[in-house]
Amino acid sequence: MDFTINSEVVDKVAKITLSGELDSLSARVFQKEIEKVALQSPTELVLDMEHLAFMSSAGLRVLIFSKQKMGVGLTIYVVKPQEAIVDTLEKTGLQHSVNIVDQYPA
Amino acid sequence: MADIRIDYYPTHEFEGIKFRRGHPLPFGATMVPNGVNFSVYSSAAISCTLVLFERGAPEPYAEIPFPDEFRIGDVFCMTVFDLDFERLEYGYRMDGPFKPEEGYRFNKDVILSDPYAKVLGGRDTWRAQPNWDDVYPYRSRLAFEDFDWENDHPLETPIEDLSIYEMHVRGFTSHPSAETKNAGTFSGIRSKIPYLKSLGINCIELMPIYEFDEWENSRTNPITGELLVNYWGYSTVNFFSPKAGYAATGKFGMQVDELKTLIKELHKNGIEVFLDVVFNHTAEGDHRGHTISFRGIDNKTYYMLTPEGYYFNFSGTGNTLNCNHPVVRNMVLDCLRYWASDYHIDGFRFDLAAILGRAQDGSPLSNPPLLESLAYDPILAKCKLIAEAWDAGGLYQVGSFPAYGRWAEWNGKYRDTVRRYLKGDPGMIGEMAQRVQGSPDLYSLRGPTASINFVACHDGFTLYDMFAYNDKHNEANGENNNDGANDNNSWNSGWEGETDDPEVNFLRHKQVKNALTILMVSQGVPMILMGDEMGHTQHGNNNTYCQDTEWNWLNWSLLQSNPDLFHYAQQILRFRRAHPVLRSANHFRHYDYVGSGFPDISFHGTLAWRPDWSAESRTLAFMLCGNHAKGGTIRDETIYVAMNMYWESLHFELPILADGSKWHVFANTDMTNSQDIHLIGEEPLLEDQSGFFVGARSVVVLVAK
Repeated sequence: MDFTINSEVVDKVAKITLSGELDSLSARVFQKEIEKVALQSPTELVLDMEHLAFMSSAGLRVLIFSKQKMGVGLTIYVVKPQEAIVDTLEKTGLQHSVNIVDQYPA
Repeated sequence: MADIRIDYYPTHEFEGIKFRRGHPLPFGATMVPNGVNFSVYSSAAISCTLVLFERGAPEPYAEIPFPDEFRIGDVFCMTVFDLDFERLEYGYRMDGPFKPEEGYRFNKDVILSDPYAKVLGGRDTWRAQPNWDDVYPYRSRLAFEDFDWENDHPLETPIEDLSIYEMHVRGFTSHPSAETKNAGTFSGIRSKIPYLKSLGINCIELMPIYEFDEWENSRTNPITGELLVNYWGYSTVNFFSPKAGYAATGKFGMQVDELKTLIKELHKNGIEVFLDVVFNHTAEGDHRGHTISFRGIDNKTYYMLTPEGYYFNFSGTGNTLNCNHPVVRNMVLDCLRYWASDYHIDGFRFDLAAILGRAQDGSPLSNPPLLESLAYDPILAKCKLIAEAWDAGGLYQVGSFPAYGRWAEWNGKYRDTVRRYLKGDPGMIGEMAQRVQGSPDLYSLRGPTASINFVACHDGFTLYDMFAYNDKHNEANGENNNDGANDNNSWNSGWEGETDDPEVNFLRHKQVKNALTILMVSQGVPMILMGDEMGHTQHGNNNTYCQDTEWNWLNWSLLQSNPDLFHYAQQILRFRRAHPVLRSANHFRHYDYVGSGFPDISFHGTLAWRPDWSAESRTLAFMLCGNHAKGGTIRDETIYVAMNMYWESLHFELPILADGSKWHVFANTDMTNSQDIHLIGEEPLLEDQSGFFVGARSVVVLVAK
């Protein structure tokens, strides 16, 4: 499945929608997108993963990168991730750094 | 900005790959802006080639010879630009002489792992069938250092306050009864942290988790046809990489993160993490073994060789790492520093550590530089260092291991004495008195904290099997029952193996409780083996190194079948933690230095104040005065322990308490369920304060209050 990514920043909320497979090649695209939205200093990062089928270690690293790039003040929401992705987040302890939700609360 | 610095730009190009002269330190592959710095040492290679792979690719995509001017001393170093950190796998080819009789075994046809690789690919999932034709089976990869530790750091619990639980990563949660999602992994252990807390231990010691190959010497069980593998893992492929197959995320290459997550979570729950480290040999075997890394990079440096160029075999496994060569010594030091700083490891247990004190020709050193370096290292300053103070070459150093005021030891004499005493051997009382005091006969200057006390460990019978088998039953290992130790000091309690006889089974349970009690009331640092708290059996196999089977997997349903054992283990562990008088950092002085009327420790027999030291005696009682706890700095309750390994019950006269307090019964292993041990604070009053009967082969613990 091809990887697609869309982003918008509204009122300090950066929303990124990911779909397809996030492997080490597409992780670079993801990282560029993070760098782009970081320029607007968002306080919340909402990652819509409902249609993301797979996330490799490279993808996970971008989540860590997001936190490092935008500081601890950034709240990250992972919206509707598929079970395999939640599983990987849990095994590697990343679930503590993000909020896994069914819907972005705001 | 970092990326405009001139030294981050390439100066050379080879087949489209850009690079420049690298930095010789640190060794290994280090991420630098725009690239990776590669540095590798070889004292005798004529040339070196860096080999680059896309992850999992059958052939390398590039091979870059190190230009001559990139070698500084004996170190080849190069920075390569524009590499994909995530997908890169790298190795080396080393060219040089192949003259085994002179110690050289170079072969440029073999692609070699980096001894300093931080992640190794190739055995990503436990027992997944490897590609046997792979040109590069153990592939060096890069590790990221971006793990978020938050405020975690090693716990630095005083060693005398620890209760250690020796554990195998796979064995702990592989059994279906573990009912965990990620069976047999670091993540699986994490799901069982509540259990570890409820048991009451505060330190886990993981059997080897450095990358090893479970397929090494794999073969078929002659009896069952099952595959026998290198299950224990005492055969290191790489010292810096965690075992990928122990991580549920190993197939994603996320084992570093999964292990760090486990350690962070254990620390949050007050549990320290020790690693069992194997620096005495590697997985490359003897002259017939595979060349994976060290042999092809610098055979003469990394291994102890005979004058004819063969491998010394002090480890019993084919080769011996040349630990007191200055370069190897530095590698060991770098490795432990890395685990202490990057993984927040609290302590290390060194397998066959006596080897670490041998010179390059194999002779024992009086002042071994490696052991001294480790003892005084600033980064390891708060790490616990524990030696298995013997080796397979006959060097036995329990009590005499070069300690530099730092090293503790697996006290093999504690194990042997307690086993023989429990089994009913005569002539053990004098030695038992030493063992319960933290073995001052062995560690007079080092204190009781030098003594890691244990009755059973991975090597040998489980605690339960010690009371169920006279002899080892290792047929399933496929070596005609010739492997494993013969001096088990075990006693089957009247029947070899499983039985329905309630009397035999009662005695076995009682003996397990006796052993746990003696362990927990002894000065020193207690260690129990995973599963001993619930009566785990290996069916008489005392050397299960190759069994990836239920014999090694902890059967959690034992909690239901042996509830008395688990309850007892829980309470006796709590008792130790509740009573500082059991956890002294210094040896007893044998007199009353606080004015309480009792000496810090006193010995008794069936008559108070009159221990029976005679050869035929099987009784020993001792009293620890609570006012002398922690050198008299803390007030604790006074504790009295009576041990009767005679085959009949005996009446023990009690010391009279002068301060108005009264004896209460905390534990009596001769009692049946629920009366064998009591909750702390709820110990019933002893009816007759002048004395009581201790059952045959039983231990009683009283507290005065």
